[in-house]
Amino acid sequence: MSDNKKHSDLDDLGARLNQARKDPIDPTRIEKNKNSEKGSALSLAFRVGVELVSAVAVGTAVGWGLDKWLDTRPWLMLVFIILGGAAGVMNVYRMASGFGYAVGYQKDNSDAGNNNQSGRD
Amino acid sequence: MAEGHSPLAQFEIKRLVPMQLGDIDVSFTNSSLMMVTSVVAISVFLILGMRRSALVPGRWQSVVELSYIFIANLLKDTVGPQGRPYFPFIFTIFMFVLFGNLLGMLPYGFTFTSHIVVTFTMALFVFLGVTVIAIAKHKMHFFSFFMPPGVPMYMAPLLIPIEIISYLSRPISLSVRLFANMLAGHTLMKVFAGFIIALGAAGIAPWAFVVALTGLEIVIAFLQAFVFTILTCLYLNDALHLH
Repeated sequence: MSDNKKHSDLDDLGARLNQARKDPIDPTRIEKNKNSEKGSALSLAFRVGVELVSAVAVGTAVGWGLDKWLDTRPWLMLVFIILGGAAGVMNVYRMASGFGYAVGYQKDNSDAGNNNQSGRD
Repeated sequence: MAEGHSPLAQFEIKRLVPMQLGDIDVSFTNSSLMMVTSVVAISVFLILGMRRSALVPGRWQSVVELSYIFIANLLKDTVGPQGRPYFPFIFTIFMFVLFGNLLGMLPYGFTFTSHIVVTFTMALFVFLGVTVIAIAKHKMHFFSFFMPPGVPMYMAPLLIPIEIISYLSRPISLSVRLFANMLAGHTLMKVFAGFIIALGAAGIAPWAFVVALTGLEIVIAFLQAFVFTILTCLYLNDALHLH
């Protein structure tokens, strides 16, 4: 009886090993990924905040630099603060629309890729 | 001992070996010491762990292999096979940030990732490297990156600056995320640890909280190293594949 049971245990192990070989993603990764994708509300809020503020900061810095270079103080800075805000909102939108972290660009380019030709100069 | 009472004293940079290079202060500080320590610790961990490289790995070796596989899979899933040449870089970033975060958890340790200079320098090099890779690979086509597909031409003057700002904000959000998490977590721990003595017998409550917070901080140390790495991978993916 016990011998039989041992056999089935071994078969079970063999089956699981085969399964694991077919699927070479280790379990820690999936768990972690899930954790960080969903995350807590606090970390989501933190990410949103960082994305929003960093874009405004960059916009301001770019505007300030251009102003200094072109001697148009303060107009370009005012424009670029607003553009930075828009970029921040876009960052957040990208992040929120199911993209995980990405400040990335459109993922499904199957249909969008065709329009790319006309979009590009 | 007075300086030990501020919750921010732990972030103070101390010159251990003062050095001057022209007008630039290149002293060997406690931050540098922790960086060297983490590099040495990583080397010891990896090299000694693989010293015997048995077919059936022992505990140490399987941890080394696990960390390797973890990053290899991460890279494969986010970037694909083209990402393989960049594996050493990604793996180095992950281990360096992870060890920096974890060594900072040791008593009397110093968390070099809690300084924006350190994280921003790393993020800046990632950003520049990724941009150079993208330009080398796609030449002028890279600049079409700033014009999302399917957008009418008259939107371009508005949208291109926005996209460029969005692109330039990457190193900032990348570095601020790591730095702020480490800074906030360690400060919070010190603040609550300060309550333990101050409250006397009732100090058991903040003490229990600090114990829980220590666990949370270790999780955050892992998570932030992971986030830094996966974002680097995503940027690399953008650089290699554009849209």
